[in-house]
Amino acid sequence: MSDFLVGHYFYWFVFLLMTIGLFGIVLKKNLIKKVIGMSIFQVAIILFFVASASKWGATVPVLDPKLGAADTAKYINPLPHCLMLTAIVVGVATSGVAFALIISIWRRFKTLDEPELLAKMRHDPD
Amino acid sequence: MTRNEDDPIITLISSIVAPFIMLFGLYVIFHGHYSPGGGFQGGTLLAAGIILLRLALGSELGKKQFPSRLGIPLGSLGVLIYYGTGLAALLLGGTFLNYAFIPFTRLASHNRYWGILSIEIGVGLAVMAVLVAIYDDLLEGEPRV
Amino acid sequence: MIPTNAPALPPLLFLFTGLLIPLAAFKLRRLAYWLALAATAAASAVAVSNIFRVLDGGAIHYHFGGWLPPIGIEYVLDPLSAFVTSVINVIALIVLIHARRTVEADLPEGKHVPYYALVMLMMAGFNGIVVTGDFFNVYVFLEICSLALYGLVAVGDRKSPVAAFRYLVLGMIGGCFYLLGVGFLYMSSGSLNMADLKAILPVLGARPEVIVALAFMLLGFGLKMALFPLHGWLPDAYTYAPTATSSLMAPIGTKIGAYVLIRILYFVFGLGFITKTVPAATIIAWLSAAAILYGSIQAMAQDELKRMLAFSSVAQVGYIGLGIGLANAWGLVGALLHILNHGLMKACLFLVAGNFRMKLGHSRISRLDQEARRRMPWSTAAFTLAALSMIGLPPTVGFFSKWYLAWGSIRNGSWVFLAVILVSSLLNAVYFFRVVERLYLKPADRPPEAEKSGAAARVRSEVGASMLIPTLVLAAALLAAGLLNAFIVKGVLLKILPPGLAGMNP
Repeated sequence: MSDFLVGHYFYWFVFLLMTIGLFGIVLKKNLIKKVIGMSIFQVAIILFFVASASKWGATVPVLDPKLGAADTAKYINPLPHCLMLTAIVVGVATSGVAFALIISIWRRFKTLDEPELLAKMRHDPD
Repeated sequence: MTRNEDDPIITLISSIVAPFIMLFGLYVIFHGHYSPGGGFQGGTLLAAGIILLRLALGSELGKKQFPSRLGIPLGSLGVLIYYGTGLAALLLGGTFLNYAFIPFTRLASHNRYWGILSIEIGVGLAVMAVLVAIYDDLLEGEPRV
Repeated sequence: MIPTNAPALPPLLFLFTGLLIPLAAFKLRRLAYWLALAATAAASAVAVSNIFRVLDGGAIHYHFGGWLPPIGIEYVLDPLSAFVTSVINVIALIVLIHARRTVEADLPEGKHVPYYALVMLMMAGFNGIVVTGDFFNVYVFLEICSLALYGLVAVGDRKSPVAAFRYLVLGMIGGCFYLLGVGFLYMSSGSLNMADLKAILPVLGARPEVIVALAFMLLGFGLKMALFPLHGWLPDAYTYAPTATSSLMAPIGTKIGAYVLIRILYFVFGLGFITKTVPAATIIAWLSAAAILYGSIQAMAQDELKRMLAFSSVAQVGYIGLGIGLANAWGLVGALLHILNHGLMKACLFLVAGNFRMKLGHSRISRLDQEARRRMPWSTAAFTLAALSMIGLPPTVGFFSKWYLAWGSIRNGSWVFLAVILVSSLLNAVYFFRVVERLYLKPADRPPEAEKSGAAARVRSEVGASMLIPTLVLAAALLAAGLLNAFIVKGVLLKILPPGLAGMNP
């Protein structure tokens, strides 16, 4: 039981971050706070991958002449790090698009509060 | 930020620091494939250098170094450099992005080295241009295309 | 060079054109559309020739960078991916021919060039998802096509940024869930390659992390496919997007989600896992049945034509999900055939909605009357044919996919699903005949003096050839594909079935 809680402490932390992010997306009314929640959710998943790559007592995955190349347990797994580079770029691009959309919504409806926005949309003649 | 006159301290410090930021960005791009760094990271640093000038010096003066209309075309050019490397590999007989087939040097492993460097340069250019374009767009409105 | 590089050519062509358009059309704006059309035509030609290549020679593997799997990324062209790429590329070509005039009418002048660039990137993303054989590569191309779609939806009328924002947040959550699923799968097996995982998963068995990985991946792509109850972004996005975007998004976007579901459930996890170990197929089947009923009922309540078609899409995606969830050969063939059929039908319907918007200025059902039919007889005829196909009248193409789905339900003994299919056909009839009745039978209110000069008052203002011909081609294709459906099923679809499924005994 203690290994379940203490041994995997980082995964509990990531789980907490994901919950905070989802809470922000669902329960916050301001559109910018929703984008912040989305960003936290993405970062939590990135941390999850990075945490899965680490090993106890291992070093960065650059070839060290003293350690040699034979024992792979001495180097952490670089593949999830590469995958997460892509995920970070995707997060940046999505945040960019989200903020551009928010500016466009602001210009047309003059509000960023979701209930107000939905009410305005319902009364908008189209 | 709420004053309208130029603050000499901000102007001076940002003009001195920005070239060093960009130099560091170039260093990070070129050392990406055997030490921490790479195209995306270096491109972000280059963009930070450019955006620093835009923030510190205001719209007209800050855009003299990198005009806003260059944003999207340079971004396309950067990704086309990446694509072109892969396409050259495809046309010269291998599969897409198989750098061993591009005749930079005589050894296949050295060709892969130069191939990776070439795509990192493309990615750095693209990321720099696109991040500056996003900044310009969020600030000004619709970009002129 | 083309045969050896055939798997990678469609996404590469689209990517190249998407990057070239901002540069090439810098000075000459009109070039953007023709470049886009040329790329789509070339990719369609490659995709259709790929079907014949694959059916003759077997699956083609393409290793990017020369690295062999499981270290490298590979693209696999097997009958399923060849079939889906041909469907999406050919439909995109027909819709793009129609799109020129609507893009000129809907969008301001400065936005045409970025619009076509985004369309190319979206098609590159769609093709990439279908052809790739690596799980993380699916995520990369999913994000490429989703980002392009958010932009394409947002350039519409006043309310489109809100619809695009909702689509963005939900789509991002879906992508993140898929990424989480891939992460779990990688951590438990050490490989990201689909063929490799197919060999490893039976060894792993039914561990918690594998089951959770499957659940997250299904959630992620269920959201992309707009499977009930994950469909919340779809009605607004289809309604408020510009005509060309809805016509491109509706026939193609949800099919990609269905393709990935078929690939994950049948080709990687395997039939035994999804039926016996985890009741994934049953859950999908029940959710799809709910989707069919929900979509049809909601569609009856709509006034705007595009919104009605959006809810109808939710229902039709339910048919595909039902076929996937039935887990027998008939159901899967029904789902695959419905991918083709619904693509053709929905494209035709959205093109007609675009025609109405172009010439009548609106697409509200309550404002349609006989005047619309007199002014646009060909579009109305195409709409009626597509409506009959959606309801499921033979020999149009919609009948045959429902036929296979019904047989699949009977084979499983699930009489509830059979009842759902039949009742939903009735509901489809209700909401489509509402429109058809208005178009053919509701008299237009004209002032009395116009009645006297009867013949001269009939103004034919049908849309131009570039918009009319794609509509009619799609309507004719509905009949042709219906009459030829035995060839499609025997020649292509039966070859797609994975070896675990029992054959289709008549």
